[in-house]
Amino acid sequence: MNTTYETVIGLEVHLQLRTETKVFCGCSTKFGSRPNSQTCPVCLGFPGSLPVLNEKAFLYSIKAALALNCAIQSLVKFDRKNYYYPDLPKNFQISQYDMPLSYNGSLEITSGGDRKRVRIKRIHLEEDAGKLTHPAKASYSLVDFNRAGMPLLEIVTEPDISSPQEAYDYLTALKAILQYLRISDCDMEKGSLRCDANASIRKSGEKKLGVKVEVKNMNSFRWVREALQYEADRQVSLLEAKENIIQETRLWDAGKMATISMRSKEEAQDYRYFPEPDLVPFMVEKTIIEEIRKALPELPEARTNRFVKDYSLSEYDAKILTSQIDLADYFEECAKQYENKKTIANWITCDIMAQMNIKNSGIIELGVLSKNLIGLLEMIDSQEISGKTAKDVLIEMIETKKNAYEIVESKGLLQISDRERIDQIIKNVLSKNGKSVNDYKNGKKNAMTFLVGQVMRQTQGKANPSIVNEILKKHLAE
Amino acid sequence: MVSYIKISLSAGRQGVTRVGIDKKIVKSVAFLSRIELDEKELEIYSRQLASIVSYINKLKEIDTKTVPPTSHPMAALKNVFRKDILKKSLELDDVLKNAPSKEGDSFKVPQIIECK
Ligand SMILES: [Zn+2]
Repeated sequence: MNTTYETVIGLEVHLQLRTETKVFCGCSTKFGSRPNSQTCPVCLGFPGSLPVLNEKAFLYSIKAALALNCAIQSLVKFDRKNYYYPDLPKNFQISQYDMPLSYNGSLEITSGGDRKRVRIKRIHLEEDAGKLTHPAKASYSLVDFNRAGMPLLEIVTEPDISSPQEAYDYLTALKAILQYLRISDCDMEKGSLRCDANASIRKSGEKKLGVKVEVKNMNSFRWVREALQYEADRQVSLLEAKENIIQETRLWDAGKMATISMRSKEEAQDYRYFPEPDLVPFMVEKTIIEEIRKALPELPEARTNRFVKDYSLSEYDAKILTSQIDLADYFEECAKQYENKKTIANWITCDIMAQMNIKNSGIIELGVLSKNLIGLLEMIDSQEISGKTAKDVLIEMIETKKNAYEIVESKGLLQISDRERIDQIIKNVLSKNGKSVNDYKNGKKNAMTFLVGQVMRQTQGKANPSIVNEILKKHLAE
Repeated sequence: MVSYIKISLSAGRQGVTRVGIDKKIVKSVAFLSRIELDEKELEIYSRQLASIVSYINKLKEIDTKTVPPTSHPMAALKNVFRKDILKKSLELDDVLKNAPSKEGDSFKVPQIIECK
């Protein structure tokens, strides 16, 4: 990319709150149910039905707002955003316009080794729309209103983000905080966390913002980064070719790895916001705000610092462990049961996380209980198994949900640490490999490696390597 | 409508009471509301709406400098919440009963094409 341009990005995150019921009615928010089985006159927009605000959704919103350093609006009201789309049963969405729940927040992130403060313009509460599906080759669409009326938090940044990677880092940090608050599943695959972006470019040093393009349909943080990179490159080449950038909405096509223009609307969208007459205003008492603030959990950054301090972990390890709340909890559970914290950190960040990646699962679904991981580590410490065998045992533990001891026992993997037995085996190997012994004595030190290999072969790799080395050296020195 | 409200508010501040509703505004509001109007109807509604709006604009003649803005007609009522407790949803048959078109458990609608 030409260095004389800079990218200006603003992000809009939509987060489904993890309440039992929808935001304005008592229908379930459960994911994956039969289409339209979780609907009622309110969320289907039947005439005469009246919305009533879910208190928990409101309190969760305040929790998120406070964790992101926002000011809370003293008087909160809702507005109707009017537009026609088949996923919107009432032809308007209950949202918030000029008096959002909260505003003026910020999130500090680390990107490429630098600290950066991303300002959060506003966080407001609204209802989600239904879900449209387009059957292949059909000339129609199907609507499922189970999602209509789900509590949705909209988190909007100022255009403070200056690269696709920074956007990625912001989203990662934001997601970690939202997970720590336990107010949402934050699952992009299920659509409980979604992200749209605004991107423009301008000549470096210029104050005026360029023409803004909205990018949608990115269903992973990686796609957000790719789409923004594509968009920045596209806009630069337009400007370089002295062409105009059109203000429009573009969709990310992951198959084509490109953003594609949405058909331009005949007329500009005009949402004609007006106050929602069916909901009364809300005033949050200062004492309640302070109560929620005090009850905020330790957030990822504070936890990272504590892990470094309390467990003497490297900042790198601490960051990885605290990037997911369940992983951090798991580490702390293990730490209670085992002295060497660095060993635990190594096993979690390497072997366990590798398995989580392969299985695309979280630590809880992986199913290795903390006491079972510790059991495995203790078997290494007592030299019952080698570190290498332990790695295989861990995979077996994940597959079978058995503990380390059961697996080692049933598979006969117990390490041979019996000195007398090892001595016998070594003597046997030495008598059969006189040439190598002579080679060694004549200075060919790698003959030793060969001999160790022979001992291991005789024991199917179960001989304790350090004992083998020790005894072998003793014999060779004779 | 937003454009119209903006006009009227700024006009109100200057003490001007007459605000024009023209065919262009009616046409755009009709489009946003998905109402199809022919030339003749456009003519009629523009005239009628202009007359209604100018009548309502009489309100602007009242001096409201000392009156706090009303955010809701029931200003005394605040913080009406419900607890996050599950209520029975409608039976699926009832949900789809009024649908002009359906397929399986879903409402069936004309396809919305978003991309070129
Ligand atoms: Zn409902």
